[in-house]
Amino acid sequence: MNNEQKLKAAFIEALGLNESTNVEALTYNSIPEWDSIAHMALVAQLDDQFDIMLDTDDIIDISSFEKAKEVLSKYEVEFV
Amino acid sequence: MISLKGKCIFVTGASRGIGRQAAIMLAAAGADLALAARDQEVLTSLQQHIEATYGSHVLTLAYDIQDEQATKEAFRQIKKQFGRLDGLVNNAGILESRLLGMIDDSSIQQTLSVNLAASIIHLQYAARLMKPQRSGSIVNLSSIMGTHGSEGQVLYSASKAGIIGATRSASKELASYGIRVNAIAPGFIRTDLATGLSEEKYNERLDSIKMGRIGEPEDVAGTILFLCSELSTYITGQIIGVDGGMVI
Repeated sequence: MNNEQKLKAAFIEALGLNESTNVEALTYNSIPEWDSIAHMALVAQLDDQFDIMLDTDDIIDISSFEKAKEVLSKYEVEFV
Repeated sequence: MISLKGKCIFVTGASRGIGRQAAIMLAAAGADLALAARDQEVLTSLQQHIEATYGSHVLTLAYDIQDEQATKEAFRQIKKQFGRLDGLVNNAGILESRLLGMIDDSSIQQTLSVNLAASIIHLQYAARLMKPQRSGSIVNLSSIMGTHGSEGQVLYSASKAGIIGATRSASKELASYGIRVNAIAPGFIRTDLATGLSEEKYNERLDSIKMGRIGEPEDVAGTILFLCSELSTYITGQIIGVDGGMVI
C-alpha cells in the first residue's frame, strides 16, 4: 500500500465512510461524518498510520484530503 | 493489592516531592514509567533507584514543560518506547506567593504557563495516545487553593482553579473514549513548597488542619495510585481533596 492509499484508508476508517466514497472531494464539515469528533479520530489514524505526531496547528489545517497530503509532506511523508 | 503490571504511566515534576513519591508508588505497583523534570541528573538517579528496586522500565525525559515542541517529543518517545500510555500524572507546578497588588505581568504569564497551559497541553497529547486504545487515566494536580482560595495566592489559586475547570470539561469530552480525568486538591503537604515558609506561617497552616499534622507526599501519591488503578474505573470528573480536613 503506498502513502496515498494509506491516507485514503485512514479517511475511510476514521470517518466511517463507504469504500467507494470519493475522499479526494471531501472537505471538513461538508458531510455529517466529518465533524470535529471524527476529525480527532482522523488525526489519531494519521498519527498511527504514518508514525508521526501532528502539531496542533496542522491538525486544525487539515480541511480536505489534498490539504492532508500537504500537511503530511511536512512530516516527510512522500506522495508521488 | 493494586497491580499496574503492563501499564505505562507518565509523571511530570517527578524529581521531587509528590511527583517523586508517586513515581515510586506506581513502580511498586508494577507500572512502567516515563518521568519528566528539568534536571536530568536527578531523574537518572531516580530511574536507577526505581529500576533496581522494582524492576520497572523507566524512560527519563528532561525538558521544560512550557516548551510545546519538547512536550510533543516526549510523547513521541513514550509512544516509541512503550507503544501505549495508560496514565498521566500532571504534577509539575510552581508556587509564588504574592499579594494582589504585587502581581506583575511576568508572574501572571509564568504561573499560568507552567501550572495551567502546560498541563492542558500534556492532557491534550496524552488523550491522543489514549484514544486509540480507548482507555486511560489522567490525574491533574490542583490545590486546596484552587478550590477555596487563600490570601496572597490570587495567582496560584487562579491557575489551580483553572485545572479544575479543565479537568471537569476534559472528563466530559473523553468519557466516551474510556478515558478518565480527575484532579487532586492537596492541602498542606511536606514538599519544598511548604518547607520554604516562615515558621509563623508554617505553624499557622498546621493549626488549620483538623487532623493535626502536615500531609506527606505519600498521602497524595496514594490517591494518585488509586486513580491510576482499576479500583477507580467508574470515577471521572472529580476533584478529590487530600488535606486532612484543612480549613482555609
